[in-house]
Amino acid sequence: MSGIATFLTRRRGGASWHFTDVLAWIWLLAGLLLMFGPVVWLGLSSFKTRAALSEFPPTLLPYETSVVEVEGFDEPLPLYRVKTEDGEERLLVQVRRIGTVAQMADPEAPDEIIRVPLVAREPVREVRLATENYSTPFERYNFLRYFYNSVFVTVVATIITLIFNSMAAFALSKYQFKGRTAVLAVILATLMVPLSVIIVPLFSVINGLNLFNSLWGVILPTVATPTGVFLLRQYMLTIPDELLEAARMDHASEWKIYWRIVLPLAMPAVAVLAIFSVMWRWNDFLWPLIVLSDQELYTLQVGLNSFQGELNVQWHYVLAMTVVSMLPVVVIFAFLQRFITSGIASTGIK
Amino acid sequence: MLRKTTLVAALAATASFGAAAYAQEPVELRFMWYSDGNEGDVMADLLSRFEEENPDIKVVLDNVAYTVIRDQLPVQLEAGQGPDLARVTTLKDLAPHWLDLRDLVEDASYWEENFGNYLDWMRPEGSDIIPGYMTQLTVTGPFVNRTLFEQAGVELPGEDATWDEWAEAVKQVAEDQQIPIPLAMDRSGHRFTGPAISMGAGFIGEDGMPAVIDDGFKAMAERIARWHEDGTMSPEIWGSVSGTTYRGANEEFANAEVVMYYSGSWQIAQFEETIGDAFDWAAVPNPCGPAACTGLPGGAGVVGIKYTEHPEEVARLIDWLASEPVLKEFYERTLFLPGHKGLTEAGLDYQSDNPNVKESLDTFVGAVGNLAPLANRMPSWEWANVVYFAIIGRLGQVVAGELSLEEAYSRIEDDIAQQVEEAQR
Amino acid sequence: MTAEARHETAGERLAGLLLAPVRWGMNLIDRPMTWLQRRLGLGGVAAAFLAPNLLVFGIFVLFPMMLNVAYSFTGGGALFLNNRVFVGTLQYETLLSCRDFLDASSCREDRFWRAVGNTGFFVIVQVAALVLISLATALVLNREMRARGFWRAVFFFPVLLSPVVVALIWKWILQRNGLLNAVLVELSFEPTLWLVNRGWAMFWAIFLSIWAHLGFYTLILLAGLQAIPRELYEAAEMDGAPSWRVLTRITLPLLWPNLVVVILLALIRAVQVFDEVFVLTGGGPGTATLFLVQYIYETGLAQQVRNLGLASAASILMAAVLIVLTLVQLLASAWRERKEQR
Repeated sequence: MSGIATFLTRRRGGASWHFTDVLAWIWLLAGLLLMFGPVVWLGLSSFKTRAALSEFPPTLLPYETSVVEVEGFDEPLPLYRVKTEDGEERLLVQVRRIGTVAQMADPEAPDEIIRVPLVAREPVREVRLATENYSTPFERYNFLRYFYNSVFVTVVATIITLIFNSMAAFALSKYQFKGRTAVLAVILATLMVPLSVIIVPLFSVINGLNLFNSLWGVILPTVATPTGVFLLRQYMLTIPDELLEAARMDHASEWKIYWRIVLPLAMPAVAVLAIFSVMWRWNDFLWPLIVLSDQELYTLQVGLNSFQGELNVQWHYVLAMTVVSMLPVVVIFAFLQRFITSGIASTGIK
Repeated sequence: MLRKTTLVAALAATASFGAAAYAQEPVELRFMWYSDGNEGDVMADLLSRFEEENPDIKVVLDNVAYTVIRDQLPVQLEAGQGPDLARVTTLKDLAPHWLDLRDLVEDASYWEENFGNYLDWMRPEGSDIIPGYMTQLTVTGPFVNRTLFEQAGVELPGEDATWDEWAEAVKQVAEDQQIPIPLAMDRSGHRFTGPAISMGAGFIGEDGMPAVIDDGFKAMAERIARWHEDGTMSPEIWGSVSGTTYRGANEEFANAEVVMYYSGSWQIAQFEETIGDAFDWAAVPNPCGPAACTGLPGGAGVVGIKYTEHPEEVARLIDWLASEPVLKEFYERTLFLPGHKGLTEAGLDYQSDNPNVKESLDTFVGAVGNLAPLANRMPSWEWANVVYFAIIGRLGQVVAGELSLEEAYSRIEDDIAQQVEEAQR
Repeated sequence: MTAEARHETAGERLAGLLLAPVRWGMNLIDRPMTWLQRRLGLGGVAAAFLAPNLLVFGIFVLFPMMLNVAYSFTGGGALFLNNRVFVGTLQYETLLSCRDFLDASSCREDRFWRAVGNTGFFVIVQVAALVLISLATALVLNREMRARGFWRAVFFFPVLLSPVVVALIWKWILQRNGLLNAVLVELSFEPTLWLVNRGWAMFWAIFLSIWAHLGFYTLILLAGLQAIPRELYEAAEMDGAPSWRVLTRITLPLLWPNLVVVILLALIRAVQVFDEVFVLTGGGPGTATLFLVQYIYETGLAQQVRNLGLASAASILMAAVLIVLTLVQLLASAWRERKEQR
């Protein structure tokens, strides 16, 4: 108990409560509720049946009406808590419902039918996880394949991005040559133009290069990210030129200078870009949707989309598979949490 | 469920094994498909049976989102790419890309006879090709929550009740039962069009070009605007999203928050699942206007794609899928209305023991027979979708309070004119 | 602290293992590059370093953008350029034909101008709020406290989710039958149709995009905060300076470079806002949350007759404005740096 007390009262040094301490704790707790709450809610909802999902008011846990086997009936019958006219409460099963009246019976004596108005009964419910939301899509769709494709696209695109972007950033930060400013200006100018506005011309290019319906068609257009070049260049500018000069004195080739000196020194920024890239590529949606046509090539995000019909969305599957597609990122984050956050934090992007 | 899948897998395995022993590599066909309900599972079942009977053909069912069919397939088709066959709803607009099966199917007269009505919906203007068959016929119409009517003690309006009488009745029920949405209609120009035709709207000019804004159209548009103002309809359906984005009220209806929901026959299968035993519901005949009491037909079809490398195999598959016993099973298991004359006449034995489902299916089958001639012409009219999109975008803005009705009328005409102009360039 | 250090070395060891093949590959490239260096000198090497990125960039970004310019001068419903009709500047004229530029409904393409207005409003409010909130969060997370890693994770976590997932989660919370209304009813308030009210829809669009990206910007700012030498604070404390003065005189000026990066990146994302808001509000009610990218996408791809000419023209106008803004911003910060160096 005292442990919790010290935890809660630990502050910016000093013994007395400063008003900023209170503010900070309010901020953190509000953050916990607002940032974490919705995700927990998603996780719980993914275990609800289709009918339970559209219920109002929504329940926190996935409930389902209890059923009991009753003699003389093939199917198990739903159980209700009924307030009888004399104020008594009884547990009855519903045999049939006609209009606003339910025909109910005691599960012990099912022959005697009791007529009950709908308002007087309330279902007895128990927690049940609708695990079929998870198992059915896995049986019906090749989610493992989608998963593999997503991993492939993410890993390959990230590696190429890191190499190409860091090379370009190196050239743009450490060499003086004609046209440098022009190249930089073009890259920066495109920084703000979203991919979604050039989709059709880009599709013609992909089609012309025969990359349609191939994972490479997903990977290649994304690897030359202007943001990456920009971030890395800004960081490499802070690496002193004297280091390079010293290496040149020792007859190191330019390529060696790049990957033995500059790249290791730029590691924090490279790590940040790697995290970005993984996040971007894992969550890419619009572009893969347009390039990929065969189901074996689908990425997770595209596969998830296939539960949306013309007229109906199968929400129970969408939610469950959303959780599945989130899991790898969450697991990676849980394991590398310290590494990632301190990695970004130590970058000190300038 | 699990046992069934293993069985299917086993069948598929033996089928492919048989094929390997039989002859050379089987031909692989790619079948682009989207699902609103269980039809993907049913189709997968049927396909594995087809593969068993035809070991030289392997069919890959690509389950995609409807948006892929709507936005991406046209792009592929124009590039000469695409699957071998697909289930589509824009049957008319993309018709130049369909494969002509006339000389490839076993008996073209079977096709003419049973699908004759619908082939025009999927042919290029003025041709007589056989491009495919209807996986489902849909017709728009209202669903009502009967239990609410009963609890409120309000009589269900009869078969030839008008839209105004219905609006009055549902409002009364909603007030009595504290229901937030008396009347809901899908946010879709297609859904609006049937009632507008009932009010006397003409849509198609004498030259075959759009002539949308007339008194009948205005009569329905004004009612929509008024109903939103007086609370008969709730802005959360038509007013919530923008442009041509679709928004249904199926979840609200299933949750007993809607007294009357104007949608269509395709909702039945999911209502069976989501409503369950919670209340009694039913489809009722389309309300009347001065001109008619009509809904609007529509549907989705399976077509072969012209750019396939295996036209003969595609034809064999489609011929098999469209054969009477297979199609009968498909319709019965998916609870779809049949788009096949022989089956329509013979009647189907739908696989459901829910009386609400049976009654609703019967109502919709009846509605198909009651369609106004203009409503029947709309699916084969080349500008239909242009018109639907313009209507919903602008009337949506009226509901959201951005445009007056008069402004919306002129915007609708401008939007249609612009689209027509671009298309004819 | 020691635990953290040990963790990092473990991570580094893992990275070393993974990088072994990379190292081998890099050595392989050394030969041709050295040859190139001997033949062409430093300029040639620079070109060689730039080449792969520029090649990919040219083919997949620059060339399509050029094509996009070409598209903007064509009309018709065809998808590919060779089937389209040249119409001159017609599309631009259509976009720019307004009786009164301050009133979207007087324009021929009223939706375009509504989207411009909405995007402008969104960018200003969202970026300002995002920067302020992530600054506050970074200041809080920079304090001495137990379980710092956990709290960082709490705020960073949503960054990992895809935009579609983010929007779906919030849609489930905000709809009529959603969690928020359930809570309100529980507290005996009236439930509200959050996404049907124009003001609320924009509020939630902004809220959502802040929620999803907050953690990322917080971490950049946190990095800057941790780089500020402790001695400065200690000195200030000795002088008895009040905390707001410490904030405005020490923290903010030293944090400025990180703030610039945050503002720039936040601006880029804000202008490109699309997926999340589209899934959440669909641009509605009416056109209250219709943004430029959605307008371009719908006009070009999601209409019956795909109006690519108009969509391209709109995207060119948008790009032109953005490029000017970016360059102005970068010139300003470069000028500032130069002034500081002097």
